[in-house]
Amino acid sequence: MKSDRAPINFTVNGALMSVTAAPMRRLSSVLRDDLRLTGTKVGCDAGDCGACTVLMDGEPVCACLLPMASVEGTSIRTVEGLGNGSLSALQASFLAHGAAQCGICTPALLVTASALLERIAQPSEQQVQDALGGVLCRCTGYRKIVEAVMGAWRWNDDSAAPHPPAGSLSPPAGGREMVATLTLPSPRLWGEGKGDGQFALPPSGAAVGNSPVRLDGIPKVTGAELFGGDSFPAVALSVLVVRSPHHRASFSFGDLGAYIADNAGVAAVFTARDIPGINSFGVIPPFADQPALAEGETRFRGEAVALVACEGWVARDLDMAAFPVTWRELPAMLEPPGAQAEGAALVHANRPDNLLVRGLVERGEPENALAQAACVVSGSMQTSYVEHAYIEPEAGYAFLDDDTLTIVACTQAPHMDRDDTARILGLAPDKVRIMPTATGGGFGSKIDISLQPLIGLVALKTGRAAALAYTRQESMASTTKRHPASMRATIGTDADGMISGMVFDGTFNTGAYASFGPTVANRVPVHASGPYATPNYRAVARAIHTNGPVSGAFRGFGVPQATLMQETLYDELADTLGIDRLQFRLKNALRNGSETVTGQRLEAGVGIGECLEVLASRWTRALSEADAFNATNSTTKRGVGIASCWYGCGNTSLPNPSTIKLGISPDGKVVLHQGAVDIGQGSNTVIAQIAADALGLPLGDFVLKGADTSITPDAGKTSASRQTYVSGKAAEKAARALRDTVLRYANVSNEASLQLLQGGFLVVHEGGERRRIDLTKLEADKDGLVFAAEESYDPPTAPLDAKGQGKPYAVYGYGAQIAELEVDLALGTVRLVKITAAHDVGKAINPLLAEGQIEGGIAQGIGMALMEEYIPGRTENLHDYLIPTIGDVPPIETILVEVPDPEGPFGAKGLGEHVLIPTAPAILNAIRHATGVAMTRVPATPSRVLSAIQEARR
Amino acid sequence: MTRYAKPKTLDEALALLSEGSWRILAGATDFYPALGNRPLQYDVIDINGIDALRGIVESDSHFVIGARTSWAEVDKTPLPPAFEALKQAAREVGSIQIQNVASVAGNICNASPAADGVPALMILDAEVELRSRHELRILPLGEFIVGNRQTRLREDELVTALRIPKASVAGRSAFVKLGARRYLVISIAMAAARVVLDGQGRIASAAISVGSCSAVAQRLYPLEASLAGQGPEAIEASVQAAGLDELSPIDDVRGSAGYRRSAAREIVARAILLATHGSQKRAAA
Repeated sequence: MKSDRAPINFTVNGALMSVTAAPMRRLSSVLRDDLRLTGTKVGCDAGDCGACTVLMDGEPVCACLLPMASVEGTSIRTVEGLGNGSLSALQASFLAHGAAQCGICTPALLVTASALLERIAQPSEQQVQDALGGVLCRCTGYRKIVEAVMGAWRWNDDSAAPHPPAGSLSPPAGGREMVATLTLPSPRLWGEGKGDGQFALPPSGAAVGNSPVRLDGIPKVTGAELFGGDSFPAVALSVLVVRSPHHRASFSFGDLGAYIADNAGVAAVFTARDIPGINSFGVIPPFADQPALAEGETRFRGEAVALVACEGWVARDLDMAAFPVTWRELPAMLEPPGAQAEGAALVHANRPDNLLVRGLVERGEPENALAQAACVVSGSMQTSYVEHAYIEPEAGYAFLDDDTLTIVACTQAPHMDRDDTARILGLAPDKVRIMPTATGGGFGSKIDISLQPLIGLVALKTGRAAALAYTRQESMASTTKRHPASMRATIGTDADGMISGMVFDGTFNTGAYASFGPTVANRVPVHASGPYATPNYRAVARAIHTNGPVSGAFRGFGVPQATLMQETLYDELADTLGIDRLQFRLKNALRNGSETVTGQRLEAGVGIGECLEVLASRWTRALSEADAFNATNSTTKRGVGIASCWYGCGNTSLPNPSTIKLGISPDGKVVLHQGAVDIGQGSNTVIAQIAADALGLPLGDFVLKGADTSITPDAGKTSASRQTYVSGKAAEKAARALRDTVLRYANVSNEASLQLLQGGFLVVHEGGERRRIDLTKLEADKDGLVFAAEESYDPPTAPLDAKGQGKPYAVYGYGAQIAELEVDLALGTVRLVKITAAHDVGKAINPLLAEGQIEGGIAQGIGMALMEEYIPGRTENLHDYLIPTIGDVPPIETILVEVPDPEGPFGAKGLGEHVLIPTAPAILNAIRHATGVAMTRVPATPSRVLSAIQEARR
Repeated sequence: MTRYAKPKTLDEALALLSEGSWRILAGATDFYPALGNRPLQYDVIDINGIDALRGIVESDSHFVIGARTSWAEVDKTPLPPAFEALKQAAREVGSIQIQNVASVAGNICNASPAADGVPALMILDAEVELRSRHELRILPLGEFIVGNRQTRLREDELVTALRIPKASVAGRSAFVKLGARRYLVISIAMAAARVVLDGQGRIASAAISVGSCSAVAQRLYPLEASLAGQGPEAIEASVQAAGLDELSPIDDVRGSAGYRRSAAREIVARAILLATHGSQKRAAA
């Protein structure tokens, strides 16, 4: 029986549907594009990530692998059908546990877990893991997801529960107005009562240090959140990108005019010749070198050369293999040794020896110190390309709003997007408006522009809206990676085990274009000592161009790689000296008053000692448990490892300001222009918490506006663990300035307390006095605010001299982690037993979100240590490129250490990148403890671990 | 335009197959990843309308697994202990999302060297039932799959069932999968073993198969023969002594050839021990 485009009848969330669609259309496409149920996400279109999971007749299936023909007569349930007007118990539990960070995988986890809970109301941890093993999450580290599912039953018997409680950060309506509104219930005491009360916000003065649910949390658990690909206008042109299939190639186009004429629905084709501005971008303007569309030659596989703009109806059926381009593959260099060889071709003619940047920090006399050291160890370490693997591939659309090019897309850095896009397209920056959508994970890669100039070019040239969502393969091939590093180091101590000297030399494969290569080359030498006093020191890091993928920012900017080198050598030193590995670190830890390798005297707030001290009892427990285990097991051996981190927050010796604006509206709300982009880490909540307490009004009075470049000042990029510290400090300053303005207006002292009342009244109390200000009678400014303040903050740093001496950062954060694991000596497999993490955050503004950052960073550290290796052309998907699943992250014990920093807001320090840094070295050190084998290459796959074990036995 | 057909009966499907070149669609979990984001450029015959191809039934001589039977159904159907390895493998095929729709026949027709279902079917001496309009053929699974992504399926044929001879439904079995992460992972190597013990607790017969270590999963007949008549205490020595010449592992992103050879020997021993001594909680190594 033959059928084509017959109506297909099925139910979605209980409603009967009749959809006319080709039988082989994927259900995910029909749900999202035809039914506009965008809660179901597409992360890979291959069943590798599970983000598109829906329930078909009650069972989880990947909607991206389900032909519409198979949907006939079935009942489909999506995230939109879980709540029935309020939150389901599971949704409420997700919100309360902080189980959603960016939220892109949340709908799939919710529907999959709902199917489990319908069978088993109170599942075990193992049952939760078995049920959710097919949905990848890159943010949370899964632990809070496990807790939320196991604890969901607690929300069941509460009939009042789960009204939409806290607030919602609304997405753009129709792509025009991106006013983010936060609607909040009347203030209640945090933690009181059940149900609704569980989501109540803390009272005035108690926001900082409390853990209210994320203010943008509701849409993340209902599926209403709009990410980059969730709001495409139906009339938009679809943009398809022609990319290089070779690591290096020259190319020429055939008859593009004929191609357009021959393909119905193709509106236009654009190449580098159509770019009106400067066809060169980069996150660091002096190094800008990357074309939006390559000219004549491509320098890496996946580089874009042309755009096809076509009607939406033709996009699915257009065979891009028929595009008229001829490739001529050219010899390519994929590794730095080839790129540095005598006579090697230059990736960029103006960069001799393919050297992008060489970073150096030198202090004292390292060679002398090592020559005189009582104990010296040397080693090498190699790391791989690591892919960010956020579950949301880059997506967005562009349109012309009069003469302003407006781009609605996921991002980490809206103002940088604006400036780079404007430059490429030959527009003034104020003629480009970036309206960020929710961002489904970033981790550094969504700082660089990707599709912004491409959709912008199409919109500009055609006058029509232009939309593009990268495929998984396209996202993995064309966007940035963590730098592969090849490192050597030597470290020496005196007879007492005090570090006397260290030399470090690292080559970082920076790929085809600069991106953040200079940052990595400069940040690594500053940090390669670890948080330890190192009086004699030289560290060199070179960023070397190759024809590999562009290496850029990825959580830690090279420091995770360098720390693998240093922390594994520290274990060898401790063992050689016969000193306990934790005590050896504690002995050498930086203290208040210590000088760093850049000669910076740290006056206060140095918390590494406290982190190691708080771990000491856990360390002893773990070691004795490992001994007991090893006494009775021979095939499997238990090991325990430890590693530390330190990390400077914000740009290295470069200006790095944030500006925050807030005010009071006539209807009695505090309007916060929250420009610190929340990519899941929680800045929407944390910045508001800081502002609330600095202003002296409850969080419940706040309304947030998002990081739209036309309405909200630049709070800098979400990068370098800077938002809580730098934007938080700007928020604190702005909120205090607003408070001063109000107090002056009311003519009261700083002892006064503020209260906003419904109907637009501000009440000022001081002593027994009470003044009521009718806000509706006051004149509003252009932002609609009757009182307003805007303040900037730039961290006080100082330049580094030729030897890297100076004050690169104003604030550092510290941490240390213990990894406990088992190695199967016959298979080389590693099973993690537990991670214990102590992080000095200065002040935990929101402890629940801080824990979420730690658990998520650890999961990425686990991936880097054990399984993640991106190989261009070979692992451009999520089944050959492996990231940890819910079964790969062990229980995590988090200890938040609070050694206040005098500079940070309420004493807070950055955290986002620190948390990933110690995990991989702690794991390698634990493998060595278990097996006696020092792994010198990550990922330590079963194949490599077994080979090292066998080598050692020979 | 490409053609799409969704027949309701087997006869209808076989008639269509006899008159053209079609791509056969069942669970679609390998179909869409192979298609990627390219447009559909071949004719598709969708067998999901043929109810007769679904489910596991017992005949006088065989257990017959319908071609469309999903891995989740394999896991849920009550079956004798000899099927334990197949059930464990069923829970390791992709994710639950995949197991709910992916079919047993699809796994063998896709003919990936890393197909999780194949070693467990091989130790049950599974036969492939192939039908065309004019002919019914039965091939041993090991002869049906001839190479990496290559089978002896003819253009006019449909795999209609996997048949397990009742003589092979004896003893207990176990499956061990080795991957670089816990869930949703392509096997680096895997082993399935079925062991029949005699009245004295000795191994009466054993069937052993290894996947991901050669283009097609292999039965280890010499090892099986060497185990026959031995007590369980001889298992490890027999595995150590085995040549494993049937395996021809390659280097790839998941592991080196040498690693696969070492690891295969280890998981073969573990699978045999598990099948001999009792079941295991998880099938992943």
